[in-house]
Amino acid sequence: MSDEPLLKVKNLTKYYGARLGCADVNFELYPGEVLAIVGESGSGKTTLLSTLSANLEPTSGEALYRMRDESWRNIYELSEAERRFLTRTDWGFVHQNPADGLRMTVSAGANVGERLMAVGDRHYGRIRDTALDWLGRVEIAADRIDDQPRSFSGGMRQRLQIARNLVTGPRLVFMDEPTGGLDVSVQARLLDLLRQLVGELGLSAIVVTHDLAVARLLSHRMMVMKGGHVIEAGLTDRVLDDPREPYTQLLVSSILQV
Amino acid sequence: MKAVANYNFAYLDEQTKRMIRRAILKAVAIPGYQVPFSSREMPMPYGWGTGGVQVTASIIGPDDVLKVIDQGADDTTNAVSIRAFFAKVARVATTTHTAEATIIQTRHRIPERKLEAGQILVYQVPIPEPLRFLEPRETETRKMHALEEYGLMHVKLYEDIARHGRIATTYAYPVKVEGRYVMDPSPTPKFDNPKMHRSEALQLFGAGREHRIYAVPPHTDVVSLDFEDHPFEIQHFEEPCALCGAEGVYLDEVILDDRGGHMYVCSDTDHCEERRDAGFVGVLGMQEAAE
Repeated sequence: MSDEPLLKVKNLTKYYGARLGCADVNFELYPGEVLAIVGESGSGKTTLLSTLSANLEPTSGEALYRMRDESWRNIYELSEAERRFLTRTDWGFVHQNPADGLRMTVSAGANVGERLMAVGDRHYGRIRDTALDWLGRVEIAADRIDDQPRSFSGGMRQRLQIARNLVTGPRLVFMDEPTGGLDVSVQARLLDLLRQLVGELGLSAIVVTHDLAVARLLSHRMMVMKGGHVIEAGLTDRVLDDPREPYTQLLVSSILQV
Repeated sequence: MKAVANYNFAYLDEQTKRMIRRAILKAVAIPGYQVPFSSREMPMPYGWGTGGVQVTASIIGPDDVLKVIDQGADDTTNAVSIRAFFAKVARVATTTHTAEATIIQTRHRIPERKLEAGQILVYQVPIPEPLRFLEPRETETRKMHALEEYGLMHVKLYEDIARHGRIATTYAYPVKVEGRYVMDPSPTPKFDNPKMHRSEALQLFGAGREHRIYAVPPHTDVVSLDFEDHPFEIQHFEEPCALCGAEGVYLDEVILDDRGGHMYVCSDTDHCEERRDAGFVGVLGMQEAAE
């Protein structure tokens, strides 16, 4: 991990009219670090993720991002063209429902290749080779490259979505419940894959989840949210093994044990 | 007084024509950009060229000579009725000869004869948005045009190659105009795409149902999208026109009987007639003369 952060978030606040989404969020994210945001439904974690990924304008506060040229930019002050370019090259966004992040009517290869074509790659053979390579890395058989994601299982779709996001070598990936809706064995395989990819590529990631096991496996640090506020933050193992806030204690103790 | 139907010259009222001319001027100023305009109801159904007719009505003058083609032919229903329409409401001269025409309204072809400076080609466009089938949201496609995000267009071509081994799009083949806007050249065969490139004639596109006008001014770069390892190429025909023997022109296949008999003839009927008048004869042209 580098000494300089990749993202600095300062006093980020989002109101929907008079209703609070999330308030006064502060944190720094370092290269190669995975941050989990946990909390119950309605705690503001998805609002926070949407705001961080520049899908929503914050009401106040800023998020400074270290661009590839090492300059610090407030992501909310980028022009729309710059922001859209950033989100499809240096960032990734893995949706809970793969249909939201994939083009369901074009083949797996085109799904992976889209970002390459968007940044100007115009060589079919190269795009296809890269797509094949990425399908292999997310454990999708090469002979499925021309199939549409409609014919894929839930787990395969999610892995395809991950490949599609990682193909441009992003430095920061946002994930919204990446294992939600998958059965337990598929979840385990996906988590394994994600952990491996994050390690290999030195990605930074911000993962929203309500599943503490996912947070435990994937993240280095975590933030616990309740009612739009971050009530506890720290190293994942510390927070889960020694929760300080009553709400966090409740959350940890309500994990089902088999 | 006798009750007669009072049409304004060329059917549309003058205010409407001014509005459409303003849209056309804007379209010419920004080649390939789709300019919204307030499309009027025309005395014909959508899909029959309401956009093209409005553009023609706005630019036509009493001295113009009009030619109308439908799939290259001067004698098909759409071409005949639009030609008759303008002969009636504008009393302009009409022709089937490409060289004599000052305005050519077309549905899905560009004449084989090279167009010259001073001529205007008016296209009838059903769907002006090249990104429509990949991105159905109009708000999003407008943003994509504004920010020049055209990666999606190549996704379509990629899909073609992945499925068919080559770019199988044969008509409405997307082009980039003057290095900026990606444009749908209306459903003309891709055979005609190279003719749009640096054409001496002004090319205007009218989409009536979709309320859009766009344009390619003379001498403008029009480049068909492709991949480095799968370059753009036009259709090739194995045999020449059966009537006039022309090669290197766009041909229609005509079924002759129910035993697999067929012939290829020029899609551009005027071009074919001129060649036959000049003495060129194809394989079946002789038979026709003998009969």
